Amino acid sequence: MKGTIQNREKFLNQISARLGHNDISNSIPQRSWKYHPQDEVLTDTSPDQLVEVLKTQCLKIHTSLLSANLDNLAATLDKIVTDYGGGPVVTWKDQRFSEWGLDRLMKDAWPKENIEVHEWDYTQGAENIRYAEKANIGITISEITLAESGTVVLLSDKDKGRTVSFLPACFIALIPKSSIVPRITQAARIIRQKHLDGHRVASCINFITGPSNSADIELDLVVGVHGPVKATYIIIDDI
Amino acid sequence: MTMKIGTGDFKERVDQGIHDSFMRGAVAGAQERMGTRRNDAAEELGNWEDWRSHGEEIRQHVLEHLDYYLQQLSENIASRGGHVFFAQTGEEANQYIQDVVKRKNAKKVVKAKSMVTEEIALNDCLKQAGCEVIETDLGEYILQVDDHDPPSHIVVPALHKNKEQIRDVFAERLGYQKTSKPEELAGHARLKLREEFLSADIGITGCNFAVAETGSFSLVTNEGNADLVTALPKTQITVMGMERLVPTFEELEVLVSLLTRSAVGQKLTSYITVLTGPREEFDVDGPEEFHLVIVDNGRSQILGGEFQSILQCIRCAACINTCPVYRHVGGHSYGSIYSGPIGAVLSPLLGGYEDYKELPYASTLCGACTDVCPVKIPLHQLLHKHRQNIVENTGQAPISEKLAMKAFGLGAASPSLYKLGSKIAPAAMNPFTQGDKIKKGPGPLKAWTEIRDFPAPNKERFRDWYKNRDKGGNQ
Repeated sequence: MKGTIQNREKFLNQISARLGHNDISNSIPQRSWKYHPQDEVLTDTSPDQLVEVLKTQCLKIHTSLLSANLDNLAATLDKIVTDYGGGPVVTWKDQRFSEWGLDRLMKDAWPKENIEVHEWDYTQGAENIRYAEKANIGITISEITLAESGTVVLLSDKDKGRTVSFLPACFIALIPKSSIVPRITQAARIIRQKHLDGHRVASCINFITGPSNSADIELDLVVGVHGPVKATYIIIDDI
Repeated sequence: MTMKIGTGDFKERVDQGIHDSFMRGAVAGAQERMGTRRNDAAEELGNWEDWRSHGEEIRQHVLEHLDYYLQQLSENIASRGGHVFFAQTGEEANQYIQDVVKRKNAKKVVKAKSMVTEEIALNDCLKQAGCEVIETDLGEYILQVDDHDPPSHIVVPALHKNKEQIRDVFAERLGYQKTSKPEELAGHARLKLREEFLSADIGITGCNFAVAETGSFSLVTNEGNADLVTALPKTQITVMGMERLVPTFEELEVLVSLLTRSAVGQKLTSYITVLTGPREEFDVDGPEEFHLVIVDNGRSQILGGEFQSILQCIRCAACINTCPVYRHVGGHSYGSIYSGPIGAVLSPLLGGYEDYKELPYASTLCGACTDVCPVKIPLHQLLHKHRQNIVENTGQAPISEKLAMKAFGLGAASPSLYKLGSKIAPAAMNPFTQGDKIKKGPGPLKAWTEIRDFPAPNKERFRDWYKNRDKGGNQ
């Protein structure tokens, strides 16, 4: 359903008049930039070097970083969940968990150990948010990972609730090694290209860099304010 | 609250500021830390001057084509099911938002920090509509709990308060019983605010940058409060100053990179969220209804004029964090929610010279603000331009400057009067002079000598020294 637009004509006419435009042009303004500093940041860096950049950055953003291959991913994830004090756990509904061999852990082992697991299920509506609110841990997957800033990019959809990443106390993001790019420049280009190719932009794109924090009281850093208090990334070697 | 904050005239506010020793210490410490972090972040990135130039060219391009990009943005938002309202004035914006609140029969609003909603005094208007309004940024929450103490910094609004004051306010108003440790105070706010997020009817945010090409807009925080404000309530209203947009994601990335480094020295903040329209058909969280209110409120009058470049501003506060005047007088002295160099340029433009004619003089014109600005706004030149306008067009220069200029004009116009003036200065200042310093000066000197000494006029005048130098006079 198309939304409404109110008061536009008068408002924009005033701007056009101030700018000395006769009317609003129908053609897209030419964007020809003289400067391109973003093209020179970390662009000649191999995937392994980018992992090193990401590791160093994680030290600065209060985030643990672990590496795993498909053989030991389940054991690695299990250990973090135990270290964080167990469930309840809330996860996206995503085929990749299964492809990475996590079904036995998530659907069998954890429930047996009394670690409650809720997989996002849009047919249950707002019930999902209640699960996320009482969950200790939320598990998501990074679509694009920014080495420079230590950022995971999450795209919402019906199976990937936004609140999985900010209501639980602890945040775990699985990072396919193939998703790592130098910086936000590449992510912006990927997202824009998808739009130009006719795909819908996700209603919520989250660039998340470590746990939530604030320095609003005497500029002292407090880690864990409204969102998660603790964060762990696991790089999965998929290349 | 509107853009205008505090009571008393400029001098009284400055007087309060410079006698608040905690505030002055906090501001000086904050400037050191944030300035250092900014410099380190810029250096680590490298090529900083090119980044600034790129930021500048993007912002200038957007302003030159603002009509096109606002048209494009509104079309794209509407096509994703969002509603767009263009508000010429703050009142129009408030009226529209009030109508939405009434239609939704809303009782509770949660807000993420937004300067433009402060500027238009939205909170007062929501309360009139019978709504409880809760600010969720930790700093803003502290100020709100403390009887709406005004913000003193655009990024760290409660900078002027120490943790003991905050503990006392929490104890009195929220029944808080723990210590003044920041993590315990923040923990308490987290608990309190969780309930509010989950029970609010409407979420209201500002907008760091909208993206015209996709009809998106971005929010930049460290706390994650904006995410909860936009994920949980059923209705979301976002208010943006009309100039806060970029053409595409590619320019968004550049400005966000400049913003987070310049504001807090971070490569990116913990949460950068880009939202497009309301929730999709089967999405469970996110708002069912989304409204974007685009506010002019005096901005179009700046466009196309000699102050247009101030609209390039991305609200990072780097200029505030480097300004030697802000360091001494603090944010409240400016009498506006926009403080520091950006405030001294912007407040007179949005609020008029009548209320803000002193602000362009709250500057040494040292140019430190211009040097740190990530989008290259020539701030100190704009301050100078204000001064020219005030003197030339309105005759509203501060009275002390007017008298001084008048006296100087009179004295300088006549060689004999000038001679007399400079001759009697040492004697006239004698009662106030201790050694070679003036400690408690009269008239226009008073404001200066309240904070520091002023050098006493030399007993030997320059013109006498010059005349005598060949005769071996005092050198």
